[in-house]
Amino acid sequence: MSGTFVGMPAFPKAAHEAVHDQTLRGNLRHATHTIRAKRAKAVAEVSDWAALREAGKLIKDHTLRHLDRYLVQLEESVTAAGGTVHWAADAVEANRIVADLVKATGESEVVKVKSMATQEIGLNEALEAEGIRAYETDLAELIVQLGKDRPSHILVPAIHRNRGEIRDIFRKEMSEWGRPAPEGLTDTPAELAEAARLHLREKFLRAKVGISGANFMVAETGTMVVVESEGNGRMCLTLPETLISVVGIEKIVPTWQDLEVFLQTLPRSSTAERMNPYTSMWTGTTDSETADGPQNFHLVLLDNGRTDTLADEVGRQALRCIRCSACLNVCPVYERAGGHAYGSVYPGPIGAILSPQLRGVTSEIDASLPYASSLCGACYEVCPVAIDIPEVLVHLRERVVEGGQVTAQGNKVVLKPAKGHAAERAAMRAARWAFSRPGALRAGQRLASRTRRLHPRSLPGPGKAWSGTRDLPTVPKEPFRDWWQRTNGGKDGGK
Amino acid sequence: MRVALFLTCVNDTLYPDTGRAVVKLLTRLGVEVDFPMGQTCCGQAHYNTGYRHEAEPLARHFSDVFGEYEAIVTPSGSCGAMVRELYPRMGERARAEGRGDTLAATLAPVVPKTYELTEFLVDVLGVTDVGAYYPHKVTYHPTCHGLRGLGLGDRPRRLLQAVKGLELAELPGADECCGFGGTFALKNSDVSAAMGADKVRNAESTGAEVLCAADNSCLMHIGGTMTRLRTGMRSVHIAEILASTEEEPTV
Amino acid sequence: MSSRERILGRVRRALGDGPRDDTPYEQAVPRDYLREHGTRSVAETVDLLAENLADYRAIVHRCTAADLAATIAGMLAARGAKTVLVPPGLEPEWLSATAAERIADRPESTPHELDGVDSVVTACAVAVAETGTIVLDGSADQGRRRITLVPDHHICVVRVPEQVVSSVPQALERLDPTRPLTWISGPSATSDIELDRVEGVHGPRTLEVVLVG
Repeated sequence: MSGTFVGMPAFPKAAHEAVHDQTLRGNLRHATHTIRAKRAKAVAEVSDWAALREAGKLIKDHTLRHLDRYLVQLEESVTAAGGTVHWAADAVEANRIVADLVKATGESEVVKVKSMATQEIGLNEALEAEGIRAYETDLAELIVQLGKDRPSHILVPAIHRNRGEIRDIFRKEMSEWGRPAPEGLTDTPAELAEAARLHLREKFLRAKVGISGANFMVAETGTMVVVESEGNGRMCLTLPETLISVVGIEKIVPTWQDLEVFLQTLPRSSTAERMNPYTSMWTGTTDSETADGPQNFHLVLLDNGRTDTLADEVGRQALRCIRCSACLNVCPVYERAGGHAYGSVYPGPIGAILSPQLRGVTSEIDASLPYASSLCGACYEVCPVAIDIPEVLVHLRERVVEGGQVTAQGNKVVLKPAKGHAAERAAMRAARWAFSRPGALRAGQRLASRTRRLHPRSLPGPGKAWSGTRDLPTVPKEPFRDWWQRTNGGKDGGK
Repeated sequence: MRVALFLTCVNDTLYPDTGRAVVKLLTRLGVEVDFPMGQTCCGQAHYNTGYRHEAEPLARHFSDVFGEYEAIVTPSGSCGAMVRELYPRMGERARAEGRGDTLAATLAPVVPKTYELTEFLVDVLGVTDVGAYYPHKVTYHPTCHGLRGLGLGDRPRRLLQAVKGLELAELPGADECCGFGGTFALKNSDVSAAMGADKVRNAESTGAEVLCAADNSCLMHIGGTMTRLRTGMRSVHIAEILASTEEEPTV
Repeated sequence: MSSRERILGRVRRALGDGPRDDTPYEQAVPRDYLREHGTRSVAETVDLLAENLADYRAIVHRCTAADLAATIAGMLAARGAKTVLVPPGLEPEWLSATAAERIADRPESTPHELDGVDSVVTACAVAVAETGTIVLDGSADQGRRRITLVPDHHICVVRVPEQVVSSVPQALERLDPTRPLTWISGPSATSDIELDRVEGVHGPRTLEVVLVG
């Protein structure tokens, strides 16, 4: 398994393997079902959940509607508090900025807090190319990094691994990166956590540069917020001398008070806790007398497709996302296809609407993602910022089959309809033609009924997609409308 | 009350028994049912596959055919949700595309008076005991568009609980999608089939003979999986259970 | 063009699809959610704090101000702590009964030195009953963030009832965003193995909270 998502096949092909991998299916089923029940309980504890959800949605929508203003305000606040703000239009630029900042410290290694933004831009690989080693310190990220694997979940990137697999990875790989796994390491979660503690401790204590993302940035105060569980975040945010935070521009909230909404909805939605073990909040740097935490703070504001997403009035709601991963955990498709099939650091329902917007729908995988859903709506139901994921999925399907105007890297371009949908498009048009004419529909129904004895139970060719696993329904001897007319709506008796 | 039956293209073509059951049931409850012959398809498959513009003429056609009725009743949660949830959205999108209010205005009349069958029974007719008799062990699958789109809640279960002779078994993982999802069943057939197989295994674990739901599209997928897996279970539309009486039982 | 101008320009073009709503922010977002959940007496709020702290595996002690020094001494002794980190402004009285050696946190002390200390004792800024959370704001009786992070045993003293609030919204009202803040809900934990919660990773694996008052 490679460590990148480049050249991923379309979703159905990638999912095909996952569906038949019994270990993976078992791991995902166990993990997602465990968290589903817990989330429901944690949410039910809060009687005003619907109001919190609505407020969260409105805060995010308002912020996005005035994003330029809040970005400038945030920049002023962070700068006034002693931080330095950088702007990165894309991944290449963000990686360049971070690499240069690290080099300026003279260091060749950094410790990292789990961050979706740095995953998205491939920061670790970019730093590696510059001779800088980045150590992932979140337990799941560590498992992924040691296993030369790819993340498969937003919150728990190693969700596809069970405890036995994790033990094997630790035993085999830890010594390559530093302190080896303890002798006789078993697969109990407590022992695995202890092994990670020992392995990473030395790295934390000597680290001079920390790299993070942020869950929230408060425009009025310049405060950054990182929500975490293990304490690796606190280590990276407080022990190094230099801290570099790479954050997507949509992570802004206008006011300090806004945190009261998200600090209630995020933990309950993600880890199903009343509150996660640790939340760190910092505003620039402290005065040199207190010297609490890094004395050099850099904030890298990342676009990388976010403004293109913002330009789509239906699709922009995806930018409300607070990365809780509740939608992944309830998604029946994610549960069976696994995270890797989505070909992005953002898997699951949110990934299926985010990746094709951040990256465009031109690649095979991105054009297939909007279809990676049965539109069951479970994701929308649990989303703490009420992103109507099914609505955006359908909207993106439209973009794939019809093409049309989109924004790419800040420019308005006209997209051609995607290839490979010609037969479907013709079928849809033919169906529309027939359905616009009841007589034509009736003729088709009668033809189907008259030839019913000739219909096979299984279909060849593309029809196998249905009949490979499911029997076809038998066609009745007459359609309902013929019965209705023949019997005068049943009033004339007769079946 | 004069009510139009919006049977849906799938039921009309493949499941006429469901249509006859709705007519029988509503007639028994004193409702005058009409089947407008001009009806075809609500456009859901087009819309959900990304062909919104192809769905628009179908939606206009729907409005032409059904606009004059007091109430429109459909034995399909997903087609009901199409009219109620997505027709207004189609109108909004047309407006956003600079095409004015015409589509929204054309579709508006049918939106509030379209009811899914169980909703119509419980909310409009105010009945939960429809006088049905069905001596079988049954489990109920709440389909996604009925559950989360229309918010049918416990209406179907209340109707089933009042059926004489019927033993209702709880379906584990009831709220989970069966994996049909329209063209999803074809485009992502592996995942769809895996979801269907899990749904069927959960249904089997109840010991019920029959799985019922308020949507034949989902039942086509679940039933097709049941026979392929040789479970011995059957899938039946809830209308056929509610129409069944001691005098004229549905098997 | 700088990337700053480029990004701000893209944002403005992206939002060009309709009139901007200039409703003041206070009115743009109706806050129909609750300031706290349920009604409780002061004593019940403190009980809820104790209950929720314990639910996430913090060890909770309750004592009077007069017993505090002895309580802390007992906890350190039970732990076998030979050394204890002391923030600069901690009430000297609190550690008057312990035999453990007091280590002052100095700006020049390295993380490695902190790692050699057995325990740390701090006060807190506020505690949140509904979530079982204590918040440290770096005041002199709480010290720099690192001192409650590197040692494996953290004793945190909460003055009840005056430092206890019911809810997250009430806690934020009391806090100063310009200070470095750490919200702590139980000892460090992870859900990264099969989405099951396990306590004890990088932060202090033992969190003891003393409710004094």
